[in-house]
Amino acid sequence: MDAQSNTPGVELKYVVSPNDFTRAGEASSNVKNILKQMGISPDVIRKVSIAMYEGEINMVIHANGGDITVTITPEKIQMVLRDDGPGIPDVEKAMQAGYSTAPEQVRSLGFGAGMGLPNMKKYTDEMKIDTVIGVGTTVTMCVYIS
Amino acid sequence: MTIDALIKEIPFTILSAGDTSRQITKVFCCDLLSIAMSKAPADCAWVTVMGNINTLAVASLADAACVILAEGTVLEDAVVEKAKMQGITVLSTEKPVFDTALAVHRLLES
Repeated sequence: MDAQSNTPGVELKYVVSPNDFTRAGEASSNVKNILKQMGISPDVIRKVSIAMYEGEINMVIHANGGDITVTITPEKIQMVLRDDGPGIPDVEKAMQAGYSTAPEQVRSLGFGAGMGLPNMKKYTDEMKIDTVIGVGTTVTMCVYIS
Repeated sequence: MTIDALIKEIPFTILSAGDTSRQITKVFCCDLLSIAMSKAPADCAWVTVMGNINTLAVASLADAACVILAEGTVLEDAVVEKAKMQGITVLSTEKPVFDTALAVHRLLES
């Protein structure tokens, strides 16, 4: 996972490795630390951390990894999670709490509770899913700072 | 109550010691990481049997004060090293989740 920060720190880019649970969460942790250093309120940091970690884990489990772009402005934090995975066949169903298509091996690690997308929706102020079967998915989420 | 005070009262095995002067305000129990991620209160002592590298990520992102591994849950050496590197306090006990959480809760209430 590589972070590239363009000083004065507006845009951060990360690469999420496929099937690598040992590194999942590194991008979210990095963003959390940067937001902390910027003096962003703990409530906002928590929302961003939860939403981004869930998204990161989804990319590892379902989409062979992908990339994340985080844009921080005085008004909001935007996270764009893009992957070239299989796409989501039924977004409405995927948004239901408890619905999961995670394999058994993933569940044994403590994931696959079917809370990923619902948590992402719950902890962000805006969320949009663009998905095309066989092409990939882009999830855009925003958390307002004020 | 601080982590230091907690480990004086309950004989946990200390797998990794971060900032042990940190205050614990609540106890939280859960093994499903997505639920723990969204529901664990900041500064909690998180009691779980889920001991893997992702437990550390969730503890860090949810800002838990410490992780307590119950039922003798074992952590791989590499995970212990990572916890030490990230300054995450991880304690362990042979006791069940409920007994552990109750003991911590009673200390926090006293």
